[in-house]
Amino acid sequence: MIIARLALQSLKNRWLTALLTVLAIGLSVMLFLGVEKIRNGARASFADTISGTDLIMGARSGSVQLMLYSVFRIGNATNNMSWSSFQKIAKRPDVAWIVPLSLGDSHRGFRVLGTTRDYFKYVRFRQKQNLEFMSGKPFDDIFDAVLGADVAAALGYKLDDPLIVAHGLGRVSFSKHKDKPFRVAGILAKTGTPIDRTVHVSLKAIEAIHIDWQTGARRRGGTMSTDQVRALDLQPKSITAALIGLKSKLSVFRVQRAINEFKAEPLTATLPGVALQELWQLIGQAETALKVVSAMVILTALLGMVTMILTTLNERRREMAILRSVGAGPGTILGMMLSEAAILTGLGVVLGMVALYLALGLARGFIDAQFGIYLNLSPPDMHELMTLGGIVIGGILAGLLPAIRAYRMSLVDGMLVRN
Amino acid sequence: MDKTVTNRRTSARDKALNNVVCIDNVRFFWDAAHEFVVHIKNFEVKRGEKLLLVGPSGSGKSTLLSLLTGIVLPRSGIVSVLNEDLGGLSNRDRDRFRAEHFGIIFQMFNLLPYGSVVDNVILPLNFAKERKARVLAGLARGGTEEDEARRLLSRLGLSQDIQKRKSTAALSVGQQQRVAAARALIGRPEIIVADEPTSALDRNRQSIFLELLFEEVGALGSTLIMVSHDESLGTSFDRVLHLNDVMAAPAAADIGVREGGQA
Repeated sequence: MIIARLALQSLKNRWLTALLTVLAIGLSVMLFLGVEKIRNGARASFADTISGTDLIMGARSGSVQLMLYSVFRIGNATNNMSWSSFQKIAKRPDVAWIVPLSLGDSHRGFRVLGTTRDYFKYVRFRQKQNLEFMSGKPFDDIFDAVLGADVAAALGYKLDDPLIVAHGLGRVSFSKHKDKPFRVAGILAKTGTPIDRTVHVSLKAIEAIHIDWQTGARRRGGTMSTDQVRALDLQPKSITAALIGLKSKLSVFRVQRAINEFKAEPLTATLPGVALQELWQLIGQAETALKVVSAMVILTALLGMVTMILTTLNERRREMAILRSVGAGPGTILGMMLSEAAILTGLGVVLGMVALYLALGLARGFIDAQFGIYLNLSPPDMHELMTLGGIVIGGILAGLLPAIRAYRMSLVDGMLVRN
Repeated sequence: MDKTVTNRRTSARDKALNNVVCIDNVRFFWDAAHEFVVHIKNFEVKRGEKLLLVGPSGSGKSTLLSLLTGIVLPRSGIVSVLNEDLGGLSNRDRDRFRAEHFGIIFQMFNLLPYGSVVDNVILPLNFAKERKARVLAGLARGGTEEDEARRLLSRLGLSQDIQKRKSTAALSVGQQQRVAAARALIGRPEIIVADEPTSALDRNRQSIFLELLFEEVGALGSTLIMVSHDESLGTSFDRVLHLNDVMAAPAAADIGVREGGQA
């Protein structure tokens, strides 16, 4: 009790250096936990992007790649799967719903996704939330488009505005499907997922805009009018991928095997959760590197504290001699130095936490809007609390160095400082 | 050989009954500064005595005070205080013993720069249960150790204004020494040790400080052992001893033994 009080008073006497030390520790704690929070937030956001889907299906490829291009719209499919295979899988009795995805076109840098109206019914995000329309409704006509929230916001589209889809994925595309303009039929509410950056059209629309095109170039011999197109039977020949919901979760591995062993063409089906796990393993190393760096920053801050205590030791010999003379043992001196380290680290940890939550509270809206990472303001979990405890213990252990030095000095000096 | 040692122990114990301090045939040398060997044949202080030890600095007074207060233990011989052989106590018990039975005043820089004036005075009570109990027993109902500290500070002539100071840093040397005296006196320890307590004060303040110290030590019935290089202070003490007489010059044999031992 008296030890802690003396340590506290002694620190108060050197408040400026103490404050700077606490600040350094606080900032490092904030960085460390912040990295952790953002990492978890990013993971959760990734995991939140797809919810309620049991299987992702596409042409034969790796499961991470399949998930990346179908769900996250990152990278491209190496191959398409045929419409007939899709229909065969869709007819399986254990399939509750199936949503085809057809990618490959873009609109001013945003990807265009061909799908069915089921997309808006079954695709879910963040704890099984359904997609909601901010305005308008799902596409009805071949030339209707439904925009993600970011697309509408970035390009300033309103309901019923016309838009022109470009072939290929470049931001600036020279081969535009100018002859087949689309109409904005609906705008989706913000989801914080890649859906926000997607232009949704019907599968038939994807067929329609490609009807005059063959192998990437405009077909010779004139173009069809939109009315001519409407009259055609626009059955797609192939799609990029499909999301599948099953009637029973128990059948997921059976269906997965059936797809993977599909006879007509090589297909891959993957569980989103499994693919995510694989993805984490892939980027785990970068995360580890980040963690190591922020751990180093904590170490630096603790070293700074040790330096600060050590440099004051000499001028505090007198103080220790006085304590010895009134009956404090060298153990008390040791305890005092250790409590000093404990107080500094403890305050640093508290400050770091407060600063972190303040910063998160202020910046989370911005981060969600800008990066689609939803940061949870939940109280620190067991793991974080243990990390914090570990930092305090680390601080006390680091404090052992000056403490033992002070102990030795007070043993040698006794109550008479001899210079 | 065994017998003589036993005899000496018994006689030391007998003397200790009358004596507060009894140092018998003690040899000591510091590890690091091994050019210095202290040999004290016999040094006794009676209960209630006011003793002045005179000697220039470097005459071994810090060693004597360290031995006396149990900061260090003799290499041979016995240091007995209040009938307790300090060598027989554990390190922790010696620290506690010092807290309980000694009040110590240094030449200067007696106070913790942080902590209020009153905090500095009650500091030893945190390490000495008996002294604390004595303070509390001596107080009126509802009184605190802080009250006793303020009473002592008033007795030593420090104003209310100074007593309320949150920091000791701005006090004059004379005021600091009085606070240190109050700290040494609180809880009535048996022995007050003062190491050149007045050498940082001018003549006038010296005598005022000593008068106050004597008055309080007398009121408590404590023993006072003071070290000074100034022999002229001796008039008010019961006994004046020269450190050179207390400590025998290191005999050639001692140095030989030590050097042999160290080499």
